[in-house]
Formats: sequence, structure tokens, C-alpha cells
Amino acid sequence: MNDVAITGVGMHPWGKFGKSFVEYGRVAARAALADAGIAWSDVQFVAGANTWRGGYPGLVSGSTFAHALGWNGAGISSSFAACASGAQALSVARAQILAGLCDVALVVGADVAPKGFFGPFGAGDETDPDWLRFRLLGATNPTYFGLYAQRRIAAYGATSLDFARVKAKNSRAGVLNPYARFRKLVTVDEVLASPYVSEPLRLLDVCATSDGGAALVVTSVEYAERNERRFARLKAVATNTPRYPNDLIEMPNFASDSTAVVPAPELGFKKSLAHEAYEQSGLGADDLDLAEVYDLSTALELDWYEHIGLCQEGEAEKILADGRTSLGGSTPVNASGGLASFGEAVPAQAIAQVGELTTQVRGEAADRQVDGARVGIAINQGLFGHGSATIVSA
Amino acid sequence: MTDAALHDPIDPVPASRSAAPTWFDADGGRLLGQTCDACRSVFFPPTLDFCGNPSCEGETFTVQPMSSCGTVWSWTTNHYKPPAPYVSEEPFAPYTVLAVELATEGMVVLGQLSPESDPVEVGDTVEIRTETLLEDENGTQLVWRWMRTVNQEDAR
Repeated sequence: MNDVAITGVGMHPWGKFGKSFVEYGRVAARAALADAGIAWSDVQFVAGANTWRGGYPGLVSGSTFAHALGWNGAGISSSFAACASGAQALSVARAQILAGLCDVALVVGADVAPKGFFGPFGAGDETDPDWLRFRLLGATNPTYFGLYAQRRIAAYGATSLDFARVKAKNSRAGVLNPYARFRKLVTVDEVLASPYVSEPLRLLDVCATSDGGAALVVTSVEYAERNERRFARLKAVATNTPRYPNDLIEMPNFASDSTAVVPAPELGFKKSLAHEAYEQSGLGADDLDLAEVYDLSTALELDWYEHIGLCQEGEAEKILADGRTSLGGSTPVNASGGLASFGEAVPAQAIAQVGELTTQVRGEAADRQVDGARVGIAINQGLFGHGSATIVSA
Repeated sequence: MTDAALHDPIDPVPASRSAAPTWFDADGGRLLGQTCDACRSVFFPPTLDFCGNPSCEGETFTVQPMSSCGTVWSWTTNHYKPPAPYVSEEPFAPYTVLAVELATEGMVVLGQLSPESDPVEVGDTVEIRTETLLEDENGTQLVWRWMRTVNQEDAR
């Protein structure tokens, strides 16, 4: 029995507020503790997800958040794994609990976002591929999203209208989420009228960057039952790396691995994340009632449908158009509103995804509740071979 | 790897040079790949000291030019000015980034489409060339860019 109990969920709203990431994380942590009905003094471990936009405190986030709540002697960890940072922090807390090293852990991630594009880390130099991709190619993050989107068009006949439908769908969910930054219905026509960023993707196809914070309280199942807490079950956290050769070009790389000598593995990296989570949990795509996927762009959401096994490759546009992934459909995707409605707050985002699954399987998602939600997957991928897939059940 | 493509550091800075001399031979107009002497796997950029194939223990490599032609795997045109350290032309003009499949190497590499090139579609044949990335007080920096092959039928 490898389940861990998720007993509390907390969020700071996403937006642009001009405050410190510490404040967003502290607000989210307090909300999660209140939701769990667990006192801060009972927390034995704090797993932070780092940001490099907050100076030294951002790089020691476990300590920063523990200090912000008032030193209570808890153990700490501070994780950075690009878009998967929050899931990696959750993975550390889960391992602590499953190893019997603690009963109660707090997972926190928060960020402050720059205006416009993310640039390379720090001052950079000519030995850093992340610096060089900007310098030599002007290859911003949306450049990679645009390449994937154009590939979908060429490979499967996807259209700008398909991409716009993803944004419209996610906006319909986002207006129902009080923590979302963009709480306004967006029509397909509005997406198609917005200017190109990385053609074929338009401004409203690409997610914004936001301030935000999210937290979870996780405990052993035994602790949750003994203390009569309501809880969701954390069934799996996959944080595996790619297998060589990774034949898909990924941020911030200049090239894919070569498949000339060693053939590509059967499962590409993103599919391998979902596969690992299904293996850990003993569950499969057929068990899913909902999914939270990392919609850095609208086209990437469609890719994820296939990577998590909702449909075969090339069929994502069809299940989108059929309404299967909308609220009210058989497997709603991004019932939270997704990154389309939140904007990305990097270290908080994976935690927020798991928070949404938890809220849904507890039946507490109010107007955006997925009927009968019992099993969900959250999945993301980021720079430098990072990614995660998390499965939550009632 | 060899240092053949590196400029001697005690030489005065040349007036025009590759912006990434160990990656791109501006004179020959070729990207430089790194082939493991043990398993023959190719890597780009050629920055490894140990083979990236997990089944191989290779530690020596041969750096050699990669294919000069490839097939467009995908493309995207950026309509907003990117952040530093990219140096945008003034006035800013949209630019296209390609992902190009090199058949011999079994690899997809990135590069900008030359502003002088015809537009491309996925599957088109492109060839590599040397162009100016930027000019500053240190001289002219050169970079690789892709050009759509004029006669697509012959190229295929």
C-alpha cells in the first residue's frame, strides 16, 4: 500500500500583484493547513519548490516557507525541476511519509513572474545552452511551442480553429475558478483575431506568466484515518527522466538525440511519464474521470490527450470537438481552467494541478465539479528533461 | 574533440568569426557534430566528454561536419521581439525558426531560416549557409541559417 493522504489544499490567487513569492507561498500554506484542520506546529516536514526569481530565498524554498510560517523545527527540502518542481517537492514529501520518517508534511510552491517572455537564467554565458538558444536563434519558449503546433498541423491536419477551441473550452472552466487570473469567457473568434506570437500560435493560444502560490498538506493514510480527516489518495508521482535517444527536440536544446545508431525507445518521454504513473498506481487511462495537463499552449493540450492515452495519436482534435474533454464531457481536461486561465507560476503550477484533482475527487469543486470524479491524472513537462505525472483518487 | 575549429586565444579577435566556433564552422558553412569513437553515435552540440549513449563507455570523439542539407520537420515564425541576449534588428522584423531533420545523423536540429529564403513548409528540403548574426565592437559574429532549396524536385 503506497498511498499517501492529501488532507489539505491551499491557493493564493494567480495574477500580478507585485509582492514577494514568500507572501504567496505563506498564504497558500496557511490555507492548506486550515483546509486540513492541522496545526502548523504538527507539521514535521516542509517540501519547497524553488524559484530562481526570488534571490537566495527562492533557491532554499523549504527553509524560506518554514521560516515565513515561524520556525517550528520541521525538516526541509528545496526542489527545482523546472515545470515539474512542485511535483518533485510532492515526491520528496511522499517518500518521507512512505519511509515512515514523518506523518505530516507541507508542500509549497510560489513564484513571481516577469512581464513578457521568460529569458535565460541569470547573466548566462556561451557555455550555457539556455543562454545560447536565445543568443543564436532567438528561440523563446513559445518558439518550441510553435514548432510542436506546426508539426501537429502537418502530421494530423490540425487547424487554428482546433487550437482556438482549446482556449475557449478552458476559459469556460476558468470563469468558474475563484483562484484563476483570467476569469473571462474567450471565444474562438477572439483567439483567431489575436496577433501571432510564434506562428501558427497566437497570443491567446500561449499561456501567460503569472504570480501565484499553491500548497498541499500530505499525511500518512494512517494519520489521516486516526485523526478522522477527509482526504484524497495520492496514488502515484512519476518524475522519471527521458530515455536515450530522446528523439523529440525539447527546450532548451539545439538538437534531438540521434537515432542513427540506437533506435528511439517505444515510449517517448511524455508518454513515459504517464506510463510510469499508471504503473505505480495500477490504474490506466480508462480509469480517468478527469485530467489536468500542462497547456503551455493550446496545441500542447492536444498533444497531452494522446500522451496520457485519452485517444490515439491524431485523434485529439476529434475528442475535443466532440466535447469529451469539456466540463460535462466524459473526461474533462483542465477543469481548473488550466494554464490558459491561470498563466504559469512555475513552481506552484504542478502543486495547483494536484490541488484541483484533490478538490474534484472530494466533490468540492462547486460550479466546475466533474460529476462522479474519482480518479484524475496531472501531468507536465519542462526544460532539461524534467516532467511529472501524478495520480489522485478518491 | 579536436580544437581545429577554435581560434587560437592569443590571436587578435578576427574581424568576422563564428558566434559558436566549436559548434559551427563558419568558413565551411557546416554544423560540427561529435561522433563517439566507440559506438558511433552522433551528438550536437559537440560538448560531451563522455558518450551520451547510456550503453556506451566511450570517452573519445571525432568532430566532423554534419549534413549540409535536411528536411523541414517543423517551423515557426516569431512575431514579437525576443528578450536579450538576442540582438534584434531595428526595426524588428518577424523571423522564422526551423527544426530540420538530418537523415544521415538521425537528428533534428534548430536554426533560423535565412531572411533571403523563400518560405518553407514541413517536408521541404533546406540547405545550410553562413550569415551574420550581429555586428558589435568585437566585430562580426557569424551563425548558421537554413535556405530553402530552390529546386525541391532535384533535392528529393
